[in-house]
Amino acid sequence: MKSAVLVFPGSNREGDAKRALENVSGSRVSLVWHAETELPTGTDLVVLPGGFSYGDYLRCGAIAARASIMDAVRAHAARGGLVLGICNGFQILCESGLLPGVLVRNARLRFVCREALLKVERTDTPFTRKYAKGAVVRYPVAHGEGNYAADAETLKQLEGDGRVIFRYVTADGRRDDTQVLNGAANSIAGIASEKLNVLGLMPHPENHVDPLLGPTDGRGLFESIAGVLEKA
Amino acid sequence: MKARVLVTLKSAVLDPQGKAIEGALRSLGVPGVASVRQGKVFDVELDGDDKVRAEATLKDACEKLLANTVIESYRIEFVG
Repeated sequence: MKSAVLVFPGSNREGDAKRALENVSGSRVSLVWHAETELPTGTDLVVLPGGFSYGDYLRCGAIAARASIMDAVRAHAARGGLVLGICNGFQILCESGLLPGVLVRNARLRFVCREALLKVERTDTPFTRKYAKGAVVRYPVAHGEGNYAADAETLKQLEGDGRVIFRYVTADGRRDDTQVLNGAANSIAGIASEKLNVLGLMPHPENHVDPLLGPTDGRGLFESIAGVLEKA
Repeated sequence: MKARVLVTLKSAVLDPQGKAIEGALRSLGVPGVASVRQGKVFDVELDGDDKVRAEATLKDACEKLLANTVIESYRIEFVG
């Protein structure tokens, strides 16, 4: 399995994403600079890491979404290739049109930096197949603009098509839209594209892969990807 | 030619920054502030003086980058 982790000016989680991929999935990982026009030959997975690309100027992810490498990412996604956007990567995917909606400023203007509980809504995706159905996992969040917003029609479509993959839940695993973490519509933490090959999520699975640092709930996501690609 | 592009959040979109500014103005005792919504202003200098073409260019710039039309709307004004 070959992975490409994109690097934009202001990305800062590319090292963690690379490390998680290497440790959990045994993937060969190249870091790819945003000004490139092509992905390395044979790339199976593209990761857009967290950070603050272009200092969040204009809108978070807006300028990175127009980088030249993004045309190659669009072509990769159109071919059915896997794309994973974490945190700022999710914001970039929304701005680039690869995923619908947009991430806006957190409700109450709070930068949230803590662990979040997430329900894995679907386990038949390339990113979640190693999790048990209905599993509640702990991933850390660290963002100021993770408030998912989309028009009513888009939300209805996402829900109807089962494209909400991760949702913030309470300690007892319930969805509670009044419990404000960041104000996201329908408590959405992560969504997938129509063909389920592009996933964007605000929380950081790559933080929770090494038992030395505590919980390892994030391993399932990288194991899922590796499993899919080995089979292919 | 000089133009000004104004990008504002659509009215249905919550504006937490505007709300915070509104609260700060109230706490400063500025009277009569009913509400505040924050937006962005881009002052753009364009080559040539064909207004129709300039407007088309700016519209393209707004759709491609300056505004995210999921949540924002834009207005183009010519100055001077």
